[in-house]
Amino acid sequence: MTAGRPTRDVKQWMTAAVFLAPAMVGFAIFYLRPTALGFYNSFTDKELLRPEADWVGLENYRDMLDDDVFWNALKVTVYYVVVNIGVQTICAIGIAWVLDRLSGSRLMRTLVMTPYLMSNVVVALLFLWILDFRLGVMNAFLDWIGIGPKPFLSSKEWAIPSIALINVWRHMGYTALLLFAGLQTIPKDVKEAALTDGCGEIQRFFRITLPLLRPVLAVVLVITLIGSFQIFDTVDVTTEGGPVNASRVIYVYIFDQAFGRRNFGYASAMSVVLFAILAVVTIVQMRLLRANESDLA
Amino acid sequence: MSAVTIDTPATAGAAAAAKRQRKPVKPTDIVFWALVAVLMVVTLFPFYWSLRTALSTNSALPANSTGLLPANFTLSGFERALGMSSTEEAIAAGGSGAEIDFVTALRNSFILSTMVTIGQVLCCAMAAYAFARLRFPFRNQIFFVVLTALMIPPIFTLLPNFLWVQERGWLNTFQGMAAPRLLMTPFAIFFLRQFFLSIPREIEEAASIDGAGRFRTFFKIIVPMAASPIATLAVLTFIEQWNDYLWPKLVGQDESVRVLTASLGNFRSQTPQGTPDWAGLMAATWVSALPILLLLMLAGKRLVNSIQFSGIK
Repeated sequence: MTAGRPTRDVKQWMTAAVFLAPAMVGFAIFYLRPTALGFYNSFTDKELLRPEADWVGLENYRDMLDDDVFWNALKVTVYYVVVNIGVQTICAIGIAWVLDRLSGSRLMRTLVMTPYLMSNVVVALLFLWILDFRLGVMNAFLDWIGIGPKPFLSSKEWAIPSIALINVWRHMGYTALLLFAGLQTIPKDVKEAALTDGCGEIQRFFRITLPLLRPVLAVVLVITLIGSFQIFDTVDVTTEGGPVNASRVIYVYIFDQAFGRRNFGYASAMSVVLFAILAVVTIVQMRLLRANESDLA
Repeated sequence: MSAVTIDTPATAGAAAAAKRQRKPVKPTDIVFWALVAVLMVVTLFPFYWSLRTALSTNSALPANSTGLLPANFTLSGFERALGMSSTEEAIAAGGSGAEIDFVTALRNSFILSTMVTIGQVLCCAMAAYAFARLRFPFRNQIFFVVLTALMIPPIFTLLPNFLWVQERGWLNTFQGMAAPRLLMTPFAIFFLRQFFLSIPREIEEAASIDGAGRFRTFFKIIVPMAASPIATLAVLTFIEQWNDYLWPKLVGQDESVRVLTASLGNFRSQTPQGTPDWAGLMAATWVSALPILLLLMLAGKRLVNSIQFSGIK
């Protein structure tokens, strides 16, 4: 180590500090601080518009156990996630196959991405209109093919599947593009070897390509699942949680408690639970799908 | 996490064209083209249908709810959405009389999205450069903590952040609406750091021999070299902010700062009974989607290619 080294190091630290300062101030105020506070508030009876709050220990968490609306919200959210992710993943795999066959035509890739770039609010409004009970074109269509109109967003039975499918429409192309990016990493000779072995094209896709895609599929599933659990915008615009609590997903319920009833402490405790659920989902999925290992290795 | 190649598979298209040759039609081909057709219809129809409705007259919609062309063509839906007709005219056209003047909201959305895009991209580019190139204690540990924040559900930080903004009296102000994303998002730092890492060190060394300081090196050499990823990030940030709903809805309810998503989201609760002004509403959704569609036309390639990257998002 030369004599000049320490001063040069210190000088570089100073430069780094200046480069980092604005972003790290933002990180401290809007990420670190609220994360710590979120945990802390969950043990208090914090209310909106009331400065002082008392420590209540685990009371908020105990309340949750007896809160039917909370359990219903979890149930509704899981129902939404299952329908949303199930249908979306199947559609996305199909679209990824189409993109792969088109060798990733730019036009097609742009087209399938477009819905994802629209805001949730715009998409929700488009479908609020298309699925309208009286005037919506979807019911006119169902009538025409002999099924008869369905009260999509205004019935307990249909609210969640409808919202789930609206978001399938918005996300399936994006998900397909993520999968397609993964497809590009599979070596050509592996695919061609399968072809010379006499595999049909569709057979090849399901038996060779998809299994090889597993690590990518795992990551994509984790990303889409985490996003799906946090459904809010579409519900807020279309049903506001109704009819009754039929579409009151966990995010909407947390929001109701925090801003409708001002129970910030209780809402914080529920977001801690949501956080924990998402962490568990991530870990379990990565394990189950063995995301870290590739069959190509 | 996932693939981090930004490379365009543009060459793939050329290769496919060369390979293309006449072959007998197989059942797989039929399935394929059927899928392509279904995909295009499913993707485009909702857009078309809302445009068709936006150009229709409300009173003609019940009688003509399935025709492919606008029911009794008119531009008045767009006129109402852009505040070019009076309330009486709007009610006469079948509106509920609820305010659907989106001009102020359009302006507010532009102000907010531009603010956040400039602030975030600038601050994150500087931070990303420090993480990629400068040496300082705990560099990797700090970067790891920043990345971990990607996993925190937004509602978790939203509640305390709301109180923070409220305590400062920043409700219904642009700074309150912009604050949480104005200085950074973990994704933006991660995104740009990858590019800065790929710039050869020799270039900076040459600059430092020339006597350029770190700041000059950064702004005169690194930023121009990374212009393309920076532009991509700017477009992504702008779109994300443009589409953001929950935070602006909470913090900016006042009409003077309310953005498009919040105004559109209010629409349904403002017309609980009766028939909403569908033509006006669909025109308004087109007005709010148009800037994004324009960006898609201008920067479609960037956006599509950035997908490969955003696996982590």
